[in-house]
Amino acid sequence: MSHRALDISLTVNGERVQERVDARKTLVDFLREDLLLTGSHVGCEHGVCGACTVRVNGEITRGCLMLAVQCDGAKVETIEGLSDSGEVADLQAAFEQRNALQCGYCTPGMLATAQDLLKRTKNVPSREQIRAHISGNYCRCTGYHAIVDAVEAVAQARAGARK
Amino acid sequence: MKIVEDSRPVLTALDRPNSYIGRSVPRPNLQRLTQGRGQYVSDVNLPRMAHVAYVRSPHAHARIVKIATDAAKKAPVVIAVVTSAELAKVMTPWVGVLTHLKGLKSAPQSPLAVDRACWQGEAVCAVVARSRAEAEDACELVEVRYEELPAVTDPEVALDRKTPVIHASLGDNLCFERKLDVGAVDKALAESDAIVEATFRFGRHTGVTTEPRAVVADWNEGEQRMTVYHGTQAPHMMQNLFAKHLGIAEHQVRVVTKDVGGSFGIKVHTYADEMATVALSKLLKRPVKFVADRIESFVTDIHARDHRIKAKIGVSKDGTINAFEIDDLTGIGPYSVYPRTSGIEANQIVNLTGGPYKCPNYRALARVVFQNKNVMCQYRAVGHPIAVAVTEGLVELAAAKIGMDPLELRRRNLIPDDAYPTQSAAGLKFELLSHHEALAHLDAMMNYAGLRAEQKRLREKAIYRGIGFASFIEVTNPSAAFYGVGGARITSMDGATVKLDAQGAIIVHTGVTEQGQGAEAVVAQCVASSFGVPIEKVRVVTGDTDNTPYGGGTWASRAAGIGGEAAWQAGKALRANVVAVAASILQAKPEDLDIRNGIVVDKQTGTERLPLDELARVAYFRPDTLPPGFQAELMVTRHYVPRAWPFAFTNGIQGSYLEVDTDTGFVKLLKHWCVEDCGTIINPQLVDEQIRGGVVQGIGAALFEHCLYDERGQMLNGNMADYLVPMAAEMPDIECGHVVSPTADSELGAKGAGEAGTAGAPGSVMNAINDALRPLGAQPLTDMPFTPDKILRALGKV
Repeated sequence: MSHRALDISLTVNGERVQERVDARKTLVDFLREDLLLTGSHVGCEHGVCGACTVRVNGEITRGCLMLAVQCDGAKVETIEGLSDSGEVADLQAAFEQRNALQCGYCTPGMLATAQDLLKRTKNVPSREQIRAHISGNYCRCTGYHAIVDAVEAVAQARAGARK
Repeated sequence: MKIVEDSRPVLTALDRPNSYIGRSVPRPNLQRLTQGRGQYVSDVNLPRMAHVAYVRSPHAHARIVKIATDAAKKAPVVIAVVTSAELAKVMTPWVGVLTHLKGLKSAPQSPLAVDRACWQGEAVCAVVARSRAEAEDACELVEVRYEELPAVTDPEVALDRKTPVIHASLGDNLCFERKLDVGAVDKALAESDAIVEATFRFGRHTGVTTEPRAVVADWNEGEQRMTVYHGTQAPHMMQNLFAKHLGIAEHQVRVVTKDVGGSFGIKVHTYADEMATVALSKLLKRPVKFVADRIESFVTDIHARDHRIKAKIGVSKDGTINAFEIDDLTGIGPYSVYPRTSGIEANQIVNLTGGPYKCPNYRALARVVFQNKNVMCQYRAVGHPIAVAVTEGLVELAAAKIGMDPLELRRRNLIPDDAYPTQSAAGLKFELLSHHEALAHLDAMMNYAGLRAEQKRLREKAIYRGIGFASFIEVTNPSAAFYGVGGARITSMDGATVKLDAQGAIIVHTGVTEQGQGAEAVVAQCVASSFGVPIEKVRVVTGDTDNTPYGGGTWASRAAGIGGEAAWQAGKALRANVVAVAASILQAKPEDLDIRNGIVVDKQTGTERLPLDELARVAYFRPDTLPPGFQAELMVTRHYVPRAWPFAFTNGIQGSYLEVDTDTGFVKLLKHWCVEDCGTIINPQLVDEQIRGGVVQGIGAALFEHCLYDERGQMLNGNMADYLVPMAAEMPDIECGHVVSPTADSELGAKGAGEAGTAGAPGSVMNAINDALRPLGAQPLTDMPFTPDKILRALGKV
């Protein structure tokens, strides 16, 4: 039961954070328990379900597979930050309009993953590409169809806006 | 009856000038969820809150010889280490029986195992600490000495004389048995031209809610009150149970349920570890939080299905179905789950098998046995996926045997659409169903003839595609016949309280609960429509036993049909009260006024007379200007419970189109269709999304999901990497269609839609796989889930 605490300093949603954390503490537990950012969720605790997906230095990351101490010096973005900056506002609106969420527990992670796909692809991704990209984010409620519809609609809208 | 296209609004007699009935308005509660600002029980954090972790039995069956807690108690941040003897001082045990399931028996179950652990994962000791991590650390310091006992795992031998009896006080391992024999089955089978027999197996699986079960219990010694933040579908049911087993009054318990990360029937039962958490809060006089981790979820969340059914159908050459016969055996773990019991699924299978057809000869035997595995109980579509897969599996095997198209055989046997009201061989009463209309709609929607032609063409290229169907009926809007008559304090009623606030907005408190189905939207739509305000003016409050009307909650596809009707009636009643206020202000006759779009108008001409905010201002702040003796009543409550029919049955049919890779055994789902009839559709989008989500859970059962146990009762795949749930990439697009046959039991006419998808999907996928493999001479696959190895074995390749 030996555990050491370490001091870390990082940026979370644009705010500078300095905390002392247990070396064993995962990033998602740190976000939820220490910073009270409860928008990131814990589902499986071993990197399968994607409910804890956050962005670390611009890359989507499983918050349950990374330790908080590994984030020393990092730039972490959670759903709270992605919401307040307006970066995913169109995705959120599409999810709401299309009822692409039911219980909503997977949604913050799903939005981060969908945004990752849309940032990576210049063209409108096919439904198969959308399905493949979000396959690491489990949803037990929707059956995925509505999520694919919502992501596809935003991809089309963003492509249209670029023209 | 009329057909409604996918997601297209339907106009009904319920349309008022600003009606939202039949419109796909977005749910009012979504923004907080998309922004990560929901409040799940996992998120709840209270002052002085401690965390509990449970030491759980590693054995399926073992005597607890000794629990040494000294080392754990000495750990620095540990608050308490508690065993069953101490918890027994604050909480009484329970027994999961219902009197209307005649003969059903079970043993007393306690918050923590007493003397004996009866399944792997049963909690035997509680460790409360400052944090969950520290509680888990200290669990490792608790030493439990076990004496392993023989584990009863195989239901097939649970009733054998030489098999140990799990609970000696019960005499044997039989929990419940039901027999039914209607018509003349033997004669009908003897006179049949073809008989098909098959043994169907349904793998034990579970709900895998993305948010695990969670509870925060907060006993306030000063108030003598217990507040429980609980991820549950049925707050009032839990209020009763917490009070009953703590030995306090119901009004001393408040259950608060805000956001719930998935339920599907998993979160409508009594769990020993949740009861223990509540008891610990009482004992320690402080808030205690328990959130199951994923392994705990797999070994303690109720499992479901795990039925073995030997089944038989007899048909004539002309396709007439002459008889159905089933023999169902299911193992439900060591206890019947409280308070709904673990006999319901088998009972439903007896009720529902053969249900869509006019066949009058039906014999069923169902036996429910105890075993040393995790408990089983009601999960989404209870019994339906099994009854439907057995019935529809037999129907398609029979069609193949006599060389008849499977849709044609159904056309010749489904209860005719003009035969209602009627009842099934098992005695189920049907008010109004639409099997033939639904079948015709599906046939057209999927272009069945075109798909058959494509299938034939591709077979010549050694591409094996299959088309499968499943007609189904679904139990919705249950009356007291479901649980109340059996002695359970689970209400079938639901209520809505509606008030006009001081700015003219409407606040609704409802007894139904929201776990993502859209109950809040449906309630808002009903009230906005019947009262007459824009939906933006309606705020819905759910999930708080201190503040909402008494109600059953959300399960058994009841929220829209029952909670929606209560809301509709409450809105109407408030409209009458508000119109009375307006009439007195305007010196008009109430019958000449109406409320439309948030404004009191002249009923005939629609001329605006008085905005609601002005009416509210007068009523609340200048009542002195109203006529003497007139009292404005701006808050009303209405309840609704189905009375005319025990259940509002719905019906539908699903179609599956898929391709089997005969080299790898992998199944690729190409498309799925569902046509269903849930009566009046309040929100087409929400109905479709319930169907789609349900279909995918059914597909999970058919292809992936299986709680694997070894012969010693050890679960082998209790994590999300090894227990497979459907992922986005392997799921098809799902097209929905509707037929509308409203129930006359309520003004709204809405029936439920939450379980139809799960009911029909496994059977239709099974039939499609067998249709694909039929030309290859494969043995019919009837053992779910249909994993690649089973498919390759059926093909004789491994």
